[in-house]
Amino acid sequence: MNGFTGTLEEHLISRRASGAKLLLPYVTGGYPVDGWTRLIEGFAQAGADAMEIGIPFSDPVMDGPTIQEASAIALANGSNPSGVLDEVARTDPGVPLIAMTYYNVAYHMGHQRFAESLKRAGISAAILPDLPLEEVGPWAEAADSAGIETVLLAAPTAPDERLPRIVERTRGFIYGVGLVGTTGERAALASSALEMARRLKDITDKPVIIGIGVSNPSQAAEIAQVADGVVVASAIIRRMLEGGSVDQAIEFVAELRAALDSV
Amino acid sequence: MSSAGADRPIMGEPDASGRFGQFGGRFVPETLVPACAELEAAFREARADPDFVAKFKALLTDYAGRPSVVTECHNLSAHLGFKVLLKREDLNHTGSHKINNVLGQALLAKRMGKTRLVAETGAGQHGVATATAAALMGMECVVFMGEVDVKRQALNVFRMNLLGAEVRTAMSGSRTLKDAVNEAMRYWVAAVADTYYLLGSVMGPHPYPWMVREFHHVIGEEAREQCQALIGGPPDVVVACIGGGSNAAGIFSGFVDLETELVGVEPAGGAAIGRKVPGVVHGSLSYLMQDEFGQVQEAHSVSAGLDYPGVGPEHAHLADIGRARYEAVTDTEVLDAFQLLSRTEGIIPALEPAHGLAWMVKAKDELQGRTVLLSLSGRGDKDVEQVQAILDGNPEALKTMRS
Repeated sequence: MNGFTGTLEEHLISRRASGAKLLLPYVTGGYPVDGWTRLIEGFAQAGADAMEIGIPFSDPVMDGPTIQEASAIALANGSNPSGVLDEVARTDPGVPLIAMTYYNVAYHMGHQRFAESLKRAGISAAILPDLPLEEVGPWAEAADSAGIETVLLAAPTAPDERLPRIVERTRGFIYGVGLVGTTGERAALASSALEMARRLKDITDKPVIIGIGVSNPSQAAEIAQVADGVVVASAIIRRMLEGGSVDQAIEFVAELRAALDSV
Repeated sequence: MSSAGADRPIMGEPDASGRFGQFGGRFVPETLVPACAELEAAFREARADPDFVAKFKALLTDYAGRPSVVTECHNLSAHLGFKVLLKREDLNHTGSHKINNVLGQALLAKRMGKTRLVAETGAGQHGVATATAAALMGMECVVFMGEVDVKRQALNVFRMNLLGAEVRTAMSGSRTLKDAVNEAMRYWVAAVADTYYLLGSVMGPHPYPWMVREFHHVIGEEAREQCQALIGGPPDVVVACIGGGSNAAGIFSGFVDLETELVGVEPAGGAAIGRKVPGVVHGSLSYLMQDEFGQVQEAHSVSAGLDYPGVGPEHAHLADIGRARYEAVTDTEVLDAFQLLSRTEGIIPALEPAHGLAWMVKAKDELQGRTVLLSLSGRGDKDVEQVQAILDGNPEALKTMRS
């Protein structure tokens, strides 16, 4: 069981106060089929401040080809929400874990039951990318009472008047969407990522983490000059889809850590 | 009739959150929320603008060929023992009801200053209609179609290309309509600034289910007047096939305030309402075929246009409050009905509306003495090759038969 106690938000704020830039890598629950849970403790040891655990969903509309493929492989090999949570519960990364899945997984299980099952698995927070501010209420209330922090996304398409309302409701951190598009690697960091980070930093003291399109250590370092930290997902998963080992994925997270520590 | 939101007229506007009763909503990635809000505002403005309404009506008349006629089927009526009327959406330009919605939305897209249309398609009817509107209005067009459908509807792919559209093959998941919707939504997420998502059914995030029904309301509006002229009043029963449910929503909306019985017919292998399990996918809360963990299941139907695991949220609501009834028929029953209408009336229907007729054949005992209006939502030209192969016993074609 995860030995981490406390909240994701306090943890990230205290890491930030110590001068660190925050690193949140991503793991697909059930990929690679053999050894995916080793990534959890491995990433923590490589310097992750927290991490996302993806619970694969059949229709991931916010995900590009890389995460789609990993999810499809995991599902084809029998990955399901209960199984993923059971396996996560047997790990002890010592840092906060964040479930990342689509709303129907939570809706189908029932808000309270899903929130409690996350808690039992040692998970601190949840990201449901197809559940925007206007629809989040019933889930967020159930999550709040179960002690699960609901992280909301802010996108470059949001008008200025919308951002403060999202920032107000988010828990843990504010997830700034780095570009107008789905998850996946890009050759260069989008200018929208820096702009997003600036717009959010201007209006909140909550940790501002940028994800989507953050593809390598130098891009991570670039965005971390403005943002408090990054989520990196496709760049990690792609390495394994191309035949890289779990250890190599952990090594890549260590490289990201080193790049952020140089900022 | 009582329900949550009983103060709203049935098939009126949804509430501020885009709900019909408990169903609907706007479950989209944050990136798309402003686009949905912008679309809702633009639609509200356009429908109140006499100039927009006039342009839309002119296109329906002068381009799509409306009004579509209502045909009384004397031979089929004699065969079945009750009066059968057909609302002939098969006679519209591009061969189905889909053109109504497409012209309305393309006009709206143009008004909003968008330069590109993106759409999903199953059978290809909506894709062809969208490509047609894009050609007419001088817009770019990208259509996503599942790999399975690209194969079984190859001619429609060629038609779309001919019309200047780019057809992209959706290779993920079941490679049918559901996955084409996923790909179209992803495309929209990335190109939202200049691209208009022209959704083809009464599904998706608010305002689509409402807006698409409004653009198809002309089906029901015309049919009501035509029935008045033809038989002196409304029919006893209105029947329509249900994939997402756009032609059904259009025709039901013309009769919902009357005593007329409304019957939606789903394929047995894609009966979202029949299974009665709510879920959220593609932007709205509705009935949804899913497994014990909430993973969306693959629908299976001989008809590509109905191969969809969900259903429009308003249909879920109509089922919930008991205003419409939803039945299911098997692929075998559909093929029989397809041939029956061809032989008795000289009208080859699309496989989709053949579902409605299949239910009428099955329910003929309870329909005796009544007058039944079927929404003949499309013509069968696109399906004859597939049906020929099935009737010839071609093993590949038989695989498309699931029930």
